[in-house]
Amino acid sequence: MSQAHALELRQISKSFGKTQIIRGVDLAVKAGERVAVIGPNGAGKSTLFNLISGRFAPSAGEILLDGQRIDGLRPYEINRRGLARSFQVSNLFSRLSVFENLRCAVLWGMGYRYAFWRFLADARDANERAEQVMTMIRLQRRREVLAMNLTYAEQRALEIGITIAGGSNVILLDEPTAGMSHSETAQFVELIREVTVGRTLLTVEHDMGVVFGLADKIAVLVYGEVLAFDVPEAVRADPRVKEAYLGSVLAEQQADSVRSKGGS
Amino acid sequence: MAMAENVAATAVASSRNMNWRWVIWGGYALVLIVAPLLWRSSLSHTMLSQMGIAIVACLAYNMLLGQGGMLSFGHAVYSGLGSFFAIHALNMVSGGQLTLPVSLVPLVGGLAGMVFAVLLGYVTTKKAGTPFAMITLGIGELVFAMSLMFPGFFGGEGGISGNRVAGKPLFGITFGPQIELYYLIALYTFVCTAAMFAFTRTPLGRMLNAVRDNPERVEFIGYDTQFVRYFAFIASGFFMGIAGGLGAMNFEIVTAEVVGAARSGAYLLFTFLGGATFFFGPIIGAVLMVLALVLLSELTLAWLLWLGLIFTFMVMYAPGGIASLIMMNLRVAAFGKLKPLLPWYLVLGVAALMILAGGGAMIEMVYHLQLNQALGPQMKFLGVPLNAHGVGSWAAAALLLLAGIVLFEILRRRFARLWNRIQEEIEDTVRQREAAA
Repeated sequence: MSQAHALELRQISKSFGKTQIIRGVDLAVKAGERVAVIGPNGAGKSTLFNLISGRFAPSAGEILLDGQRIDGLRPYEINRRGLARSFQVSNLFSRLSVFENLRCAVLWGMGYRYAFWRFLADARDANERAEQVMTMIRLQRRREVLAMNLTYAEQRALEIGITIAGGSNVILLDEPTAGMSHSETAQFVELIREVTVGRTLLTVEHDMGVVFGLADKIAVLVYGEVLAFDVPEAVRADPRVKEAYLGSVLAEQQADSVRSKGGS
Repeated sequence: MAMAENVAATAVASSRNMNWRWVIWGGYALVLIVAPLLWRSSLSHTMLSQMGIAIVACLAYNMLLGQGGMLSFGHAVYSGLGSFFAIHALNMVSGGQLTLPVSLVPLVGGLAGMVFAVLLGYVTTKKAGTPFAMITLGIGELVFAMSLMFPGFFGGEGGISGNRVAGKPLFGITFGPQIELYYLIALYTFVCTAAMFAFTRTPLGRMLNAVRDNPERVEFIGYDTQFVRYFAFIASGFFMGIAGGLGAMNFEIVTAEVVGAARSGAYLLFTFLGGATFFFGPIIGAVLMVLALVLLSELTLAWLLWLGLIFTFMVMYAPGGIASLIMMNLRVAAFGKLKPLLPWYLVLGVAALMILAGGGAMIEMVYHLQLNQALGPQMKFLGVPLNAHGVGSWAAAALLLLAGIVLFEILRRRFARLWNRIQEEIEDTVRQREAAA
């Protein structure tokens, strides 16, 4: 292996008290890959994202970003090294406008840091980048609206916008389409695909249509362990995955169809 | 194409904002310059000087409260220590140990406030939210206790006094007459206001807002929230110190109460009353603070009780303070819908006055009975003779109060309905404009 992976997890585990949530996860993501992390509820998908992004420190193991250790660092340190994440429940700057939300997200990466000796109005590159992201997430008409006054779908879009605005190369999206209708989801997946071109993407997703449509590779997480990590076709064909996860989904679908037939 | 139009529209809007900005800042400067010429009495000049100082202090306090979401219960520490260092500097200038123009003494206060904010703020800003508030309370008590322990520096019970006519006068300005000092204070007020406004337009100032709204997310976009809070705290401490230094020059005496909890509480209360959510809110609060502390306390013994009542009502019904009331009405006016509201304000005002008169008469009668009994039961309230022992006076006051409350509540409900309808109409208009854009 000559080139470092964009993101690599080595024997990561995490316990809360006596409960072990993540049990020795290994995962190596190449630069530019789109990986979907799937698994039943409580499998530890969100916890895994929290460990990678620095919200929690892992109990054991190593996390490497472009070959550099990042485990145990604070979230802002990890972000400065080029990893950004979104949240399952929209996590915005509620009393700031759409534009200000995005501008905040680009400031550090463009070197403005804690500057109080220069005006934001003169930060041409930051303003342009914020405008550009705003157009990408199709909120340019809502420029001056406060984040708290946006519709749910708009808030989800802004959540993604803040995540990608800073120019991080590795993007983690935690259930980006959660709570969206089918038509909204389809549009949104297209949006995600657009804004993450050329970047490494990890996403937690429940909608199997989205997973198979978006991902280059799928990681199946069950009870804190990676059961399979491969291209979608291989994962779909994997008997253990079928049994542990997809099987239960299929069973549910069958039950649904039986129920609907019985009803008619 | 759409992008270009957007940019053009933004440019037009910002140039319009530019013009407005000149008008507003020019107007602010004009008010500061003209005020002492309109109110010429020496009491007015003292009060105007205090207002200028209070404006700096409340704006500095609001850097934490309104812009950073940090509730400090001990911010008088930084203005107070600024006052002490300034008065010592002034005395050193008088004694010839220090060569410094008197006009720069407030800066000594500012530096002192900043240095202590660097020291104490590091501990304070390690936490946010409730622990932050608790630490500020603790440090406030600590510094107040220290002020009594070191009489050499803090002057014990009597405080430290000085004389602002010190050193060589520049262009014949000695700062002896109050009016000369007022203009020095006004200059500091204007410059500090401009500097603090500029701060809100910088990357750090904006990230401070972000930390207020959502500290967790800030960490995930590359910023250390503790650092943002710490830097804002230091900046706030600097301006608090300047206010303290100006206070030392104005009163020429500094006692331990300037670092006390009551002073910290006053900053919090009036910043909130003025409106913490808008930059200019604390300016209104500061003016009210001086009016309340100087005039209201002259008018009635029960002034603290009145203040408490007003504060409670504001927190409950207008948590954005007076500034937000103004801005909401300006918004309605901008959509041309203010006119139907005006008669309502008139009748609501009448009802409120009835409550004030009735309730006020009763409060004053109680105070009269408790404190001025030796003078007999006869008293005057707003020029109306009352008998504090008379059933008639009490019944009349109670009736007025009750009628006022009932009337106010009926009017308020109807007004609220009208207000909500107008807001909905405005929302509709906004949506239509958005769709058309």
